[in-house]
Formats: sequence, C-alpha cells, structure tokens
Amino acid sequence: MAHGGGGRMMQKLIDDVIQPIFNNPILNQKHDSAILSMPSGKLAFTTDSYVVNPLFFAGGDIGKMAVCGTLNDLAMSGAKPLYLTCALIIEEGFSIKDLQTILASMQATAEQAGVSIVTGDTKVVEKGKGDGLYINTAGVGCIAENIQVHAQNIEIGDQIIINSDLGRHGMSIMLEREGIDFKNQLQSDCADVSGLVQQLLDKNLPIHCMRDLTRGGLASGLIELATNSKHKYTLQEQTLPVHETVKTACEILGFDALYSANEGCFALFIPKSASAEAISCLQQHPLGQQACIIGEVTETHDKGLVTVETPLGIQRSLELFSGEQLPRIC
Amino acid sequence: MKFVDEYRAPLLAKQLLKNIDAITSQPWTIMEVCGGQTHSIIKHGIDQLLPDKINLIHGPGCPVCVTPLEYIDKALAIAQQPNVIFCSFGDMLRVPASHQDLLSIKAQGADIRTVYSPLDALKLAQENPNKEVVFFGVGFETTAPTVALTLYQAKQQNLKNFSVLACHVRVPPVMQALLSAEDNSVQGFLGAGHVCTIMGYHEYLPLSEQYKIPIVITGFEPVDILQGLYLCIQQLESGQHSVENQYTRLVTQQGNQPAQQLLQQVFTTVDQKWRGLGEIAQSGLAISNEYADWNAEQRFAVSDINTQEPENCRSGSILKGLSKPHDCPEFGKNCTPDHPLGATMVSSEGACAAYYHYRAHV
Repeated sequence: MAHGGGGRMMQKLIDDVIQPIFNNPILNQKHDSAILSMPSGKLAFTTDSYVVNPLFFAGGDIGKMAVCGTLNDLAMSGAKPLYLTCALIIEEGFSIKDLQTILASMQATAEQAGVSIVTGDTKVVEKGKGDGLYINTAGVGCIAENIQVHAQNIEIGDQIIINSDLGRHGMSIMLEREGIDFKNQLQSDCADVSGLVQQLLDKNLPIHCMRDLTRGGLASGLIELATNSKHKYTLQEQTLPVHETVKTACEILGFDALYSANEGCFALFIPKSASAEAISCLQQHPLGQQACIIGEVTETHDKGLVTVETPLGIQRSLELFSGEQLPRIC
Repeated sequence: MKFVDEYRAPLLAKQLLKNIDAITSQPWTIMEVCGGQTHSIIKHGIDQLLPDKINLIHGPGCPVCVTPLEYIDKALAIAQQPNVIFCSFGDMLRVPASHQDLLSIKAQGADIRTVYSPLDALKLAQENPNKEVVFFGVGFETTAPTVALTLYQAKQQNLKNFSVLACHVRVPPVMQALLSAEDNSVQGFLGAGHVCTIMGYHEYLPLSEQYKIPIVITGFEPVDILQGLYLCIQQLESGQHSVENQYTRLVTQQGNQPAQQLLQQVFTTVDQKWRGLGEIAQSGLAISNEYADWNAEQRFAVSDINTQEPENCRSGSILKGLSKPHDCPEFGKNCTPDHPLGATMVSSEGACAAYYHYRAHV
C-alpha cells in the first residue's frame, strides 16, 4: 500500500519501474502535466479503461491491449495518434516483475506506432479490491483538415469491409479463462491498426466511416452504427470470415462469433466505386490480408437495422444482447 | 468445420426443400421437440422456406425455459446463504426468479460461478472444504448423466460440502402429455437428437404406436432438420407411423447404456412441474434416497418454496402449438429477453426469444 501513498515508496516505484520503461523527453520533464506541441489540423481525443482476466493471454497482455485499444479508437476517427497517457490501478501485492513486463509491452507497442506515453498516474488498492492491475489510457491524435470520418457520412450503397476474421479475441480469452484446451490454441487478434488505417488515408480513399469491433463484436458495433446513421445494413453470412477454432469453440459453448470481441478488427464504409482499391490497399498490410466485403448499406431505416442473409437466402436480424453472452446448458 | 459444414451445405438444403415441396399434398403440423432445433430453424430461416402447408410448432425441449419458477426461487434462496458457492450453467443466471435473477444477487455479493461441467463444481468443493458448494442441475436426459456422475463421485469420495439442486426432466412423458391433451394439434414429431443419443429411441416406439404418430429422431443442423421433416412428411402423406432415425451419426436404438444405468442409480422418476405446462406424471428425475445427503433441497431446507407462474404469459399455449410468439400481446412489449414473463422468452432456445432475437424487426 505504501507504493500508492504518494511518499518515497511511490516515488521509487515511478523512478525505478515506470520511468525507465516509458523513458521519453516529455515524460522526463516530470511536470504535473505533459506539455505537447501539436501539428495543425483537428484534434482527436479519447480514453478507455482496460480490465481483462487473465492479464497475460495468447497474443498479448493487458498492456498491449491498453495501447492498441486507444490507438485504434483514434485511428477510427481518421486521426494519426501522437501521444498516450497511462494510469495504473495496482492491487497490493502485484508482482513488480509482471508489472515491468506489462509496461515494457505497452512501450514496445507504442514505440512501434511512433507514439510516446507522456504522462500518467499510479494508484494502489488493497489486496482483494482489484484484479491485479487495471489500466486506463487516453490518447490524442491529429486529423488532417480534409478528413471526415463518422457515422453521418454513411450512404446507401456503401460497401462494408472488414480487415480480418471475427471473434478471435473474445473466444481466445474465454478458452484461456476457462482452461479449455484446443489442439490449435487460438491467439487474440490484439493489434494496433493505426498504421493500416494511415495507409488507407494516405491513398485519399473516400472513407465514410470506420468502427473498431471490440466488445460485443461485429454485431454490436454495426447495430450501434446503423442506429446512428438510420440505415439498414445487409450482411452476407457466407462472406463473414471466422477462424475454424473460433467456430468450433462457439459451437461447443453456445456462443455466436458475431458477438465475440475483437481487438484488431474494424469495419470500413466506402462507396462501391472505391471498394476494390480499399481492399487491395488493406491486403498489402499484414493486418489486412483477410480484408473482404461483408455487406452493404441497403436502405434508410428509422430505427437502424442490421440483417444477415443466410446461405439459404433468408434474412435474419441482429439484436443487441442484454449483457454478456452466457454459455448454454446444451 | 468438419461434421458441421456439410450439414449446412446450401445446395443440399435446397434439394431437400424441393423434395419436401414435391411430396406435400396437404397441411401438416409438426413439432420439433428440442430447443436446439428451434434455435437452428429460426436462425437459418428454415420455417420460412417450407411449403405454406407445413406448420412447425416449437416444442418444450428447452431446459432453461421449462424449469419452474419455484426452482429458480430455491436457487436464489440457497445462493444467498452465507458460506455458499453456487455453481450453474451460464444460461440459468439470467432467468428471473420471482424478484431477481442469479446475476443480480451475484452483483450484490453472492458467490455465484458459471461452470461448464458439474465436475468443475465438484472440484471447487474439493478445493474449498470450508465452503458449501452447490450445483444447479437443470436439463433433460442429455445433461442429467453428467450430474449423476458427479453425485456418484461425490458419494464415492464422501465429499460432505457438495450438493446438487436438481430439476431434471424427461422428454417422453411431456410428448405423451401433449398428445393426450384434448386440444392437441401435433401430427408428427422431430425427436430430440441429443436426448436420444443418451437414451436411444426405444422409449418412443410405444408412443408412436399408441398415438399413431410419426416420430423422426433428428439432428440440429439445417440439413438434419430438413431431412427429418422430409421423412416425417413422407410418413404422414403415406398414412404411416413409426419411429425413424435421421440422426444415425449419433443415435442408436439402445443409446448410451452406461449413462442410462448411472441415471437409474442416482435418480428416481417422479411427477414434475414444468414451467408453462404444469405438472406432468413421471416426467422428472429427482435425487434418490440413496443420495439424499447430497440433495441441496434437503440440506438447505428449501423444499417448501412453492411459487405460482404469472398468469399473463402464454408460453403454455406456445409450447402446445396453439399460438405463435407474435400472437401474444405481451411479446416484444412487456415481455423481452431482458424482462421475460415466462418460459419461452427466458432462454435463447425458447421460441419467443428465438423469434425476438432473429426476426423481431425483419
């Protein structure tokens, strides 16, 4: 607890553990707030808190997730990420070695994206009052004047493209948490897609909207967008890419991959005329090799609606789940 | 996916639909017994592709749906007691009892765990000798053997801090109850494939004979269901009635005999209440006297809880095929998956929930 008390122990934690890992000139100024130079254009600003159990999972850890998630949120508004913050809520007794591993993972992910972690905060809570470690990150980025990416831009005829297969993060965490072993262990898709998005923006493609498909998966993300844009989106079930192991795990546990979380997958809305170029641009990047069209904005709709056309040619609607998906009895 | 994709093949499904169309000369009402089949039918839109003459009724084979309200009340009463770890399959957590559900009391501090197998609960009991670990055993003959095995092991190990709140039900008696009702409209059944994987299909031979009704034991994928329907309609059109097995990749006439023996050893057949349908003779599997020490109803003295179902719910009439979910004035208004009034809305496999989830707005 002394590490969170604001005294010498706290300073030691910051000086010995946190500062050396995030080391950069802005952080090293040690001001109460980071002083940043900003390029011209519009500013994007976002924040998200990360709680995940287990903290280390196949394909990532809470640190990588906390950086990727916020970078992706910035990228979805067409912003180039510039700076991140990092606030840690540490449960008393948490291993310093694990903390160092997680911070190093945050730093490596940020560095790869060309972003610095410039300010932060540390709190320690009593043993039993937290799941080891919670992280909050906030991020700022800049958006070029000519870029406007939001739900109001979505138009009838827009193609809906995704960059990768669906539901891998949610199912890999579920399998890991429950100790269910599959022959081919799944890896979370946790990744920073801001580089991939930048590649699209650099091509000046007429992107209408982007949405990362995190909690609640593809279905929840698209339902939310359809409600905002007041359209009906029609998806083709046969085109939805789902990893074989995700399919199998969903069948066994009674889950739906369309509602399972992603951490490196996003949907892109773009006019038909530019969709082929967008796909070829996405496919040139390692995180976009599976890019494909999964559906289309088909009509205006007062309340917003997402439907899936089954292989037998029937349309069924997607609805928000009331809470988390729960495994079925049989 | 091996063993799944081939049973979802659109070409094969379309061919079966053509075949069904070709042999259907008059209206038939067929009930799919199992909630898994209902879910698949609605999800894939099979009912919308069948000839108009075929009316599908969504049967009572969803264990979450038919578990009577009083058992959920008993579950909450036990889970709220101090020093209890209450274990359940995931989809029972959101089913409302008279006032709250298990998830709400978990949020208030009750120790409630989702498990994938009752054996996980047994392990928790071994690891927590100072806690009372209770497993909520719900389901048909498919899940009952795993609970029976767990009780058997608990007794072998003389594990005193483990018990089961059991509410297991059997399929043949409910089919008999539906068939013997005066307002019965069912002319053919798709039998529950997974129940028959355990129990075999010999139990259905007398039913088919007595009520002169075709029963086709059927799987859960679109091609399974369409083939099951084809076989059933073929019998109806030719005036025959027998038990046929579509789900041959898993079901045999005798079923899984070690599992059946275990059921007989641990459970005893009793009259049992069904949510939406009322009491049905010999339709329940209760923990036998030999295993009474592991019966949570006795250990926690909750046998006296006796709750009545809300009257404005039409699930009984939906389970009997007398109405469809959207015929109910409460459907989608006062009754939604977030606030279910009764049986068929509470689980994703219930007919009302499946209609709400997949076609409320199409």
